[in-house]
Amino acid sequence: MLGYVLRRLFTAIPTLFFIVTGAFFLIRVAPGGPFNLERPLEAKVMENLNKIYHLDKPLWEQYLYYLGNLMRGDFGPSFVYRDFSVSELFASGLPVSVQIGASALVLALVFGTLLGVAAALRQNQPADYGVVGLATLGITIPTFVIAPLLSLVFGVWLGWLPAGGWGDGAFANKVLPVVTLALPQIAVVTRLTRGAMIEAMRSHHIRTARAYGLKPWTVVVVHALRSAILPVVSYSGPAAAALLTGSVVVETIFGIPGIGRYFVQAALNRDYTLVMGTVIVIAIFIIIFNLVVDLLYALIDPRVRLG
Amino acid sequence: MTAMTDAVAAETVLDIQDLRVTFQTNDGPVAAVRGVDISVSKGETVAIVGESGSGKSQTMMAAMGLLSDNGRAEGRVLYRGEDILGLPLKRLNKVRGARITMIFQEPMTSLDPLYTIERQLCEPMIEHGGLGRKAAAARALDLLKLVGIPAPEDKIKAYPYELSGGQRQRVMIAMALANDPDVLIADEPTTALDVTTQAQILDLLADLQKRIGIAVVFITHDLGIVRRIADRVVVMKDGEVVETGQTAKIFDRPAHPYTRMLLDAEPEGEKPPVGEDKPIVIDGQKVGVSFAIPRGFMKPPALFHAVEDVSLVVREGQTLGIVGESGSGKSTLGRALLQLLPHSGRVHFDGKDISNAGKQVMRPLRRQMQLVFQDPFGSLSPRMTVGQVVTEGLLVHEPGLSAGERDRRACQVLEEVSLDPAMRNRYPHEFSGGQRQRIAIARTMVLKPRLVVLDEPTSALDRTVQKQIVELLRGLQAEHRLTYVFISHDLAVVRALADTVVVMKTGKVVEAGPTAAIFEAPRDPYTRDLIAAAALEPMHGRVVDA
Repeated sequence: MLGYVLRRLFTAIPTLFFIVTGAFFLIRVAPGGPFNLERPLEAKVMENLNKIYHLDKPLWEQYLYYLGNLMRGDFGPSFVYRDFSVSELFASGLPVSVQIGASALVLALVFGTLLGVAAALRQNQPADYGVVGLATLGITIPTFVIAPLLSLVFGVWLGWLPAGGWGDGAFANKVLPVVTLALPQIAVVTRLTRGAMIEAMRSHHIRTARAYGLKPWTVVVVHALRSAILPVVSYSGPAAAALLTGSVVVETIFGIPGIGRYFVQAALNRDYTLVMGTVIVIAIFIIIFNLVVDLLYALIDPRVRLG
Repeated sequence: MTAMTDAVAAETVLDIQDLRVTFQTNDGPVAAVRGVDISVSKGETVAIVGESGSGKSQTMMAAMGLLSDNGRAEGRVLYRGEDILGLPLKRLNKVRGARITMIFQEPMTSLDPLYTIERQLCEPMIEHGGLGRKAAAARALDLLKLVGIPAPEDKIKAYPYELSGGQRQRVMIAMALANDPDVLIADEPTTALDVTTQAQILDLLADLQKRIGIAVVFITHDLGIVRRIADRVVVMKDGEVVETGQTAKIFDRPAHPYTRMLLDAEPEGEKPPVGEDKPIVIDGQKVGVSFAIPRGFMKPPALFHAVEDVSLVVREGQTLGIVGESGSGKSTLGRALLQLLPHSGRVHFDGKDISNAGKQVMRPLRRQMQLVFQDPFGSLSPRMTVGQVVTEGLLVHEPGLSAGERDRRACQVLEEVSLDPAMRNRYPHEFSGGQRQRIAIARTMVLKPRLVVLDEPTSALDRTVQKQIVELLRGLQAEHRLTYVFISHDLAVVRALADTVVVMKTGKVVEAGPTAAIFEAPRDPYTRDLIAAAALEPMHGRVVDA
């Protein structure tokens, strides 16, 4: 088990290397640069800036320079947020995004599984149709519609919760963003659980469990749900990586200082080092959560062998 | 088992009265069981026989409250006088798994793959017997010993996937016996098992019944089994009981024509011999197939020899029967002969060396070498009409053919396999298992092959349908001078069709020779076991006219 984990982490190094290389050259291919502003800078200023940030060197030299710094754990300075290094930006933003994302993930897994099981056990009955209908709605309505709606209703009209802002991480400020992020995920998890659960309840070993007069709880939770949860586990890996690295929409609408905004802003501003930083952070999250999913899989299903 | 005495007969444990089962389907309600009466006395073995679709399984499923959601049961199911039909779940669960237990047809999937054998064996004991975890585990071990599982101390900690089909069925039997029930319902418990395993399971059931004295309701389509174990037989057709009586009476003096038809369904006859002067169609010398099993990171893979050094010769118009249990390598050998798997040794087809030949060489030969699979449900594309399925091969081998000509060929070949050509625009799901197997055969016949490898073509079919397919294959062979390689674990069918037989075990040939010699004077002990387990009727010594 430990050997497997170490091996997987070891093989992640070349993966990361390819991602870094690919992203580095791709963003440089995009036209423009970090200092191309609407009002062009003076030639002399531009020259100096390029010199400071090593943009006057050939591309391969810049690449080696970046890799060298990366090896020492230095993501470099941000080109646009002057006076901040990329590491500093992440140090303040990442905990915020992880908090919001993790809460949303837990919410989605708990409610999604419950609703999915409830619907599956009442297949083709009104309750099932209701849940499926809501889930479809949850998937189809985009967050940029839900977020302002929630903010309007609970923040402005009812005044129960702050309409936006971070408030130094006060609980009330987190509720709406977490719910906004969780809703579509609840919908997806519900649908996944429902489908897998219906299939599981029809399987032969469930028939055996029922034929042997086991309690409904044992039949449904101990036997059916354990196998029905597997597709949810596979889904939650990439979902967790996406949620924990922040959402542009939610962070922008509720004004939350996470890292989700950086990805889009940095790409638009050609903030080369910040783009690279976000790419690396997201890649690491995806690699880690895929590993976690594989470990969970082996834990749930004894037939899965790691190796 | 002995016939029951009148004293025992007095005590009825399970009494099904006027049971009716209806399924709500998209095409309206379908009556699957229509007023069935079955009573089971203490310690008695009752066999319910009938073909698939006769409602024999659904009768017992309804009695146990295990119908699928769209099914509804009416009537009365009395267990020791109490009607258990429509009982609230809590009350019903005092009977299910405690007083009445079940074993199922599918030993591979009837156990939960995610829990150990111990855990699953203990659950009903803890639930009904009020045992603690420790006591239940101890009893579980005793039960595994009772049902004859090798190394029970290890197997109890194993997961179902680590056990063979026969072992899993033994586990199910152990589970069924755990709470000392009155009635055991066995729904085709041996159908999915190899013949020798099947015989062991039946012996085990018979032995246990003698020792413990429970009543057994045995659902099966196999009359050989019925004759061996049942006291009384209930014959079902289309959801109704057509005949019921003592086993000896049913077999000696069947009253209903349907019963007579079932009894008559054993494949009969044998194949007229083929002259030694006929050309050799397929000739395999020391054919071997091995698979590499990865052993993990950086370790060289282990080699698994699925087939080792098999030599065989089949002449034009001959049928070679390859028999053996699952895992014996018989299908792998068939595929190697057709060059669908890389192999060692040499294979000649019509005198030409085709050993591991490339695509270029094989393509023109493919139309002469065809394959029919076991599963008539999985081997036809559900999205193509029967006409398209049947003529698909022509698109490859006779690309110049016009659509009209292909359609004509489809009609022709469907007629040849006794299907109505008018049905060629329907989809495979609209056909029964036997009809689908006819379609699969038509698909190969349309190419006018010389050699057909038939991989368990009759194993998924009812006996009466099996017999028809056997007749069809015989007729086609005589008419087109076809050469068959017939792979099967069903000795009755092989005896009726083959000229020569190869008996395989763990990838090796244990015995080979002319059919009559193998069946009448088997030399190898394994062959003798197989033949004994199959409980064949003696040969009639009748040769079918070719």
